[in-house]
Amino acid sequence: MLVEPYELTAHEVCQLLQRKELSARELCDAVLERIEQLDGDIRAYLTVTPDEAREQARRVDERRAAGEELHPLAGVPLAIKDNMCTRGVKTTCASKILANFVPPFDATVVARAREAGLVFLGKTNLDEFAMGSSTENSGFFPTHNPWDKERVPGGSSGGSAAAIAAQEAILALGSDTGGSIRQPASFCGVVGLKPTYGRVSRYGLVAFASSLDQIGPLTKDVRDAALLLNVISGKDPLDATSAEVDVPDFTESLIDDVNGVRIGVVRELFAEGVQDEVRDAVRAAIDVLADAGAQCEEVSLPHALYGLPCYYLIAPSEASSNLARFDGVRYGHRTQERVADHIELYQKTRREGFGAEVKRRILIGTYALSAGYYDAYYLKALKVRTLIKRDFEKAFERFDVLAAPTSPTVAFKLGERLADHLAMKMSDVCTIPVNLAGIPGISVPCGLSREGLPIGLQLMSKLFDEQTLLRVAYTYEQATEWHLRRPEL
Amino acid sequence: MSDVRISKEEVQHVAYLARLLLTDEEAEAMRQDLDAILEHFQKLQELNTDDVPPTSHPLAITNVFRDDVVGQPMSREEILANAPQRDEECFRVPLIMEEE
Repeated sequence: MLVEPYELTAHEVCQLLQRKELSARELCDAVLERIEQLDGDIRAYLTVTPDEAREQARRVDERRAAGEELHPLAGVPLAIKDNMCTRGVKTTCASKILANFVPPFDATVVARAREAGLVFLGKTNLDEFAMGSSTENSGFFPTHNPWDKERVPGGSSGGSAAAIAAQEAILALGSDTGGSIRQPASFCGVVGLKPTYGRVSRYGLVAFASSLDQIGPLTKDVRDAALLLNVISGKDPLDATSAEVDVPDFTESLIDDVNGVRIGVVRELFAEGVQDEVRDAVRAAIDVLADAGAQCEEVSLPHALYGLPCYYLIAPSEASSNLARFDGVRYGHRTQERVADHIELYQKTRREGFGAEVKRRILIGTYALSAGYYDAYYLKALKVRTLIKRDFEKAFERFDVLAAPTSPTVAFKLGERLADHLAMKMSDVCTIPVNLAGIPGISVPCGLSREGLPIGLQLMSKLFDEQTLLRVAYTYEQATEWHLRRPEL
Repeated sequence: MSDVRISKEEVQHVAYLARLLLTDEEAEAMRQDLDAILEHFQKLQELNTDDVPPTSHPLAITNVFRDDVVGQPMSREEILANAPQRDEECFRVPLIMEEE
């Protein structure tokens, strides 16, 4: 082999596996070795499962040798964000309160990936309970950006994004509530896709904000994202919020053609706070699409910038309810201190188990929902959400796809924004409106800053129109070489 | 104008509702954080939402039912496997004291 197996994309690796030029076991070992070599520095993984991975790989090779017809992705190594339940494998949500929690069941996406024969490398790091934009809120340790180890990988799916960028996984799963797949994808120079709300089952995804959360792929290129999206999508009887929508073969959308596609460039998301280099790179990317035949024009989403306060009311409110279950009774951490009653059991358990940001958000959410404040805060935010949703609906009457930066800046330094919570949250200003509306969004690498840090182009489309999204993303990617750039490690 | 939007007492009250325990210092630190965040929320008051219905969910899904048929339940062992304290059959919890 002229290249190392871990350098390949899933679609490249699949060909080799199917032609038996590479075994699943060899591929698995190559990636595991890479993890061992690098992860002491990158720290993308919380848990690596080499024995389970090798056994899964062995089974795939055995079945293939026996002439069985296998799923196209059988044998491909996958990293899974540690807020998705994996049966028999510790699932911590990067929180001390779940430090030793071993789920007795697989999340639906995990079950589907397992069924397809994907090989599970391990669980990746995240901001605790997916609350954060840098992975610095992990209850254990931060992950380092492979492009510059003194910088954050983004968050909350920082571990998955870093693993793909550092080639410590061929495919990865993340979750996105306010940008948690797309923003780290942007910071790490990889592809990150948040599907339409309801496209992918949330069963087994530890809930943060139930009306915003979605699971999606983080990959080396758009084709891999489409392949993984095929595996995880579809109505699930175990998730009442999953949509009754047909799942097309998303790889059929990978057409190198945007002639006549109408692209709306969102004015408000290029406004203040956006670094010049980011603005320039994203505008250049849009020019590439225009040169390829797309009709690009500016569009306004008048309420886009209200997304941030809107989200920071809705998400914590939903979280305060979702995290009430962590009480030390049936699973997870329980305080060892003496307790006078059940209330003290909950209080001490939660005091010991939750990190500061989680407590902060629970408090905001509880406050916003409490008597006397519900109307002024939570209800108000829900109404603003309607205005944001309507902005998108109006824009999609005139445009097929919208474009903007994924994040206003490139990856910032570790520790830089820890004291300034609002500055930290500003990194999600471009991604948040997408979750509020429920529409799909993707980030594709579109440049490197002067300091060599990745910049992401964000594309957004109508509800359940991942097909147009993938087509435009693919066309852009094929016209450029950003997706082939790798950090020096 | 320094508008104190939330007091330390309110923070402690909210903490109690959320079953979180804060020291006096933690409560003050949280108070400052929450105060800044609440100020940020004032931005929403700029918008007139009098005739705007709330959106609690991005998809208009209602009444997702299934037939009431028995499925395959988890075994007792699986359910108790993560219990901080357990006996043969149940989760064990501290005695809940009865009030006089």
